[in-house]
Amino acid sequence: MINVPQHAFYAMCLVLALLLLATVIRLTLKACNPSRDYTELRQRIQSWWVMIGILFFVLLASKNVAIVFFGFISFLALKEFLSIVPTRHADRRAVFWAYLSIPVQYYWVSMGWYGMFIIFIPVYVFLFIPIRMVLIGETRGFIASAGVLHWALMLTVFSISHIAYLLMLPDKNNLAGGMGLIIFLIFCTQFNDVAQYVWGKLFGRHKIIPKVSPNKTWEGFVGGLLTVAVFASFIAPWLTPLSWREGLVVGLIIAVAGFMGDLVISSVKRDLQIKDTGQLIPGHGGLLDRMDSLMYTAPLFFHFIYYLHY
Amino acid sequence: MMARVLKIIFFAFIVKPVVLVVLGLNVGNRQNLPRKGPAVVVANHNSHLDTLVLMSLYPLLDIHRIRPVAAADYFLSNRLVAWFSLNVIGIIPLERKARSRPKVLFEQCEKALDNGDVLIIFPEGSRGQPEQLGTLKRGVYHLLKNRQDTVLTPVVMHGLGRALPRGDGLLVPFNCDVMVGESIAIGADGQELIDNLTIAYKTLLDQCLTRRSSDVV
Repeated sequence: MINVPQHAFYAMCLVLALLLLATVIRLTLKACNPSRDYTELRQRIQSWWVMIGILFFVLLASKNVAIVFFGFISFLALKEFLSIVPTRHADRRAVFWAYLSIPVQYYWVSMGWYGMFIIFIPVYVFLFIPIRMVLIGETRGFIASAGVLHWALMLTVFSISHIAYLLMLPDKNNLAGGMGLIIFLIFCTQFNDVAQYVWGKLFGRHKIIPKVSPNKTWEGFVGGLLTVAVFASFIAPWLTPLSWREGLVVGLIIAVAGFMGDLVISSVKRDLQIKDTGQLIPGHGGLLDRMDSLMYTAPLFFHFIYYLHY
Repeated sequence: MMARVLKIIFFAFIVKPVVLVVLGLNVGNRQNLPRKGPAVVVANHNSHLDTLVLMSLYPLLDIHRIRPVAAADYFLSNRLVAWFSLNVIGIIPLERKARSRPKVLFEQCEKALDNGDVLIIFPEGSRGQPEQLGTLKRGVYHLLKNRQDTVLTPVVMHGLGRALPRGDGLLVPFNCDVMVGESIAIGADGQELIDNLTIAYKTLLDQCLTRRSSDVV
């Protein structure tokens, strides 16, 4: 066990208390209307218990365990992505190399080599994968395939590895540490999803982009945006090196980016005419259905604090 | 008994973890899978992984009752593979060439069905082109025409031909679909059964999440 920074520990307790509250509300709902079917709500909350349980466990276990865990998440996300989007049979070996880039990328993370971590996927892997495809020699569909492979790697490996690198940043807020940064990022991102959903359900009228996602409304978006910005400005000085003003800005960034990430994966699913990207998480769908916002918020949050404080 | 233990160890420590982590399955209507025999699961065939994935869907304690029917000329051709296929996987070898005498041909299958086992049969006969459905053969009908009470369950798998295609030794991770259909009646006509089976396969293929990926090029 490593020492758990005080504020990170309180934040974990708070999250668990919220989960407990959600469970109590669900059980109350069920007791009040026994005839209604709450299976999906039950599955969703149970899956949250499992996901948060695993996350907290790896964070508490050690830095390296957490890094390996995020590497594994990248692997599952990349696999899910490449399984639903069009890839050619000829690309099997190129895909194999794409998977191999994951342990390498997370190795750079674990040694704290920022320079390599930040260029490995966008430079070396970007140049290498098409070379491997050229050696296979199938030119029909080459452009689409090379594009898809690189996009997949950027979303699922490059973006997600930013979460892991938060653990390697030097402690600027000793009471929270890298753990505090991760909890702040993930909590704000998921809270934004929930807040936009709730505001949309309550007041949603004007659709933003009905072609991609008919449930997204201006009321939900703005409501979520303000809620998360205010929340982040309160909590940022406590869990991150940011001041309350910077926290307000980062809250806005997370809310907008999370919204966009959700829409990007929605567009992918619309294009493929599928509802979920997989079945990994009961009640939620696939891993990408859960990670969609995080793939956009993680690098933006990271570079915002990196620019201001590191 | 020894074979049963081997089979449980092999599936618990190798097949199930690989299927769970390296592959990852989208299973549709798992409850349709027959848990008890006499039953026959008829599946499409693209990869050696097909058999292992289907068997991995069963609980470890039931797994000895699941018997893939496999070509004797292929799986018994080499001593090591033969030992493994017969003792660890528990295949029922079928002489594909011995067409003339169905009694002898199906003897072991009949015995397993009488025993309450679940057979896995690939009516395409071999793995064929990746992710393409070959012509279905009528052997299943000849085996079951006098056993109308057998549960016959169609299953379609998709994506395994991409993870490990025929003639390639490199396993590349991909999520795969396993869609289980509702059981179909055997009936009194071989062609009719093949037609019904083809329709069932097409319906199940449409439910696959990973399907569109290989439609392109």
